[in-house]
Amino acid sequence: MGVIMETKDVTVSFGGHVAVDQVSVQILERKFTSIIGPNGAGKTTFFNLLSGQMKPTNGSIYFKGADVTKRSATERTRLGIGRSFQITNVFPNLTVFENVRLAVQSQAKVRYQMFAHFNQYKQFQEKTDEILALVFLQDKANSLAMNLAHGEKRKLEIAMLLALETELLLLDEPTAGMSLEEVPAIIDVIHEIKQQGNRTIVLIEHKMDMIMGMSDEVLVLYHGELIAKGTPNEIVHNEIVQSAYLGGGG
Amino acid sequence: MNIQNLEKSTWFYLCITLLLFILPMVITERSLQFIIIQIFIFGIFAMSYDLLLGYTGIISFGHVIFFGLGAYTTGIALDRLGATIGSLVIGAFIGVLLAAFVSLLVGMLTLRLKSHFYAMLTLALSGLFLVAAEKWRPMTGGNDGFTFRLPDIIREPNHLYILCLIFFVLIFFGLRRLTNSPFGKVLMAIRENENRTTSLGYKVVYYKVIASIVSGVVASLAGVLYALSLRFVNTGVFATDLTIDVLLMTIIGGVGTLIGPIIGAGLVELAHHWLSSLADVHWIFERWIILYGTLYILVVIFFPLGIIGTIRSKLAGRNK
Repeated sequence: MGVIMETKDVTVSFGGHVAVDQVSVQILERKFTSIIGPNGAGKTTFFNLLSGQMKPTNGSIYFKGADVTKRSATERTRLGIGRSFQITNVFPNLTVFENVRLAVQSQAKVRYQMFAHFNQYKQFQEKTDEILALVFLQDKANSLAMNLAHGEKRKLEIAMLLALETELLLLDEPTAGMSLEEVPAIIDVIHEIKQQGNRTIVLIEHKMDMIMGMSDEVLVLYHGELIAKGTPNEIVHNEIVQSAYLGGGG
Repeated sequence: MNIQNLEKSTWFYLCITLLLFILPMVITERSLQFIIIQIFIFGIFAMSYDLLLGYTGIISFGHVIFFGLGAYTTGIALDRLGATIGSLVIGAFIGVLLAAFVSLLVGMLTLRLKSHFYAMLTLALSGLFLVAAEKWRPMTGGNDGFTFRLPDIIREPNHLYILCLIFFVLIFFGLRRLTNSPFGKVLMAIRENENRTTSLGYKVVYYKVIASIVSGVVASLAGVLYALSLRFVNTGVFATDLTIDVLLMTIIGGVGTLIGPIIGAGLVELAHHWLSSLADVHWIFERWIILYGTLYILVVIFFPLGIIGTIRSKLAGRNK
């Protein structure tokens, strides 16, 4: 199993505060890796570094062996790194269908086409329908994104991410802010993507049962440092993790 | 067919186009024809502004630069090279090229930054162009401007009407196609959420610069027609008032709708005309600009999304 993404001594600091401190990890291809840690541990900042939203102060980031440290978020998306956001980040005044179609279109070579009506691109419509069905949003295709319930917006986020057809999916707390009733639907969606087996998934989550049930590997961040990594079982029994995060006394 | 479907129907617009083509046979009064020509011209200008503001979310305080360039190059070409169609084409072509170049330059300089930098630079540049037009008297005639003759073929008001209508219709259908194209959808995405558009892999700055160029070119064509309709150009074509007018036309009609700015242009032009002519009825109407301001306030209160935007929103709510 090859390494799809790797960080070497990645550090980012804001003034005197070190948000991510010399983190070196390897993300294995087609595996499900989760990142856990208490609030403020630097998980989302680490995601920002992987996706290119933020550049590291020190260290290097590699994607499929190539140094992407200085590549922009746009370039990294095109290389195959897609991410969803912790705070819902969709196009509110566009319909659900249009949101997903924009993501589908970004993968085609018609981005600058100004003289053809978008309805001419049947392949976009079909692909969009397919993805909406996968995340169980086909009934909401014509609703404005702003009118969706929170859980549905999270599904839409994932749909847009899937439409990018990136090899690596970075999911930042996909169940954040959801009611208990909404969570299983998202878990089903993520489970479905995992079952397809053609993507590498990196997940940030607080819901431990979800992490432990799905992950092949778990990384634990604490105050910006990587304090442990291993299988879910190893992490549960790791004393450092127990004292730092899981609340156990060890 | 409900109103929303009607609005999407090309046949509906073609019928209106046909009506507009036969209108000069019904309305023969010159002053009224002139007002309709002005509505076409400002409709084009407002649509160009809407492509920036309504579709891409870019605010410009100097959109008049492109309008003025089109007007001046046309006026100067017809004045210096003679009143021929060839001179008109050369003048218009130079105006379009200059507008494309300036919008490219301004776009490249500012559109990587937050949108207010574009607004500020265009405001500063419009001031610069205004001063340049005032000071370069041998070429522009300064504040007094200059008059020029039209080529014979468009000297007849009906012909000028048809010319303006042809441009108006072509630009409307062209922009309608552009806003419904894959490119246009990305512009809307940028307006909605620029960071998200970037994370989908789009090079946002390219889209914004292209939108700025298209908008500048269309505005310059409005300037060309404006100069032809007046047979006169002065520094007024670079005045900030015109940018404010076009901003209001777009907001009153409804941003991001294309039809909205045309309705806005019609209302503003008619309000200008009728309110100022009421001065003959009562002295209070000499202060027509106050009534004009009141009209704006009322529209903003009762049509917060602009006339078309509010109607669309209400219809969408009713259909739910």
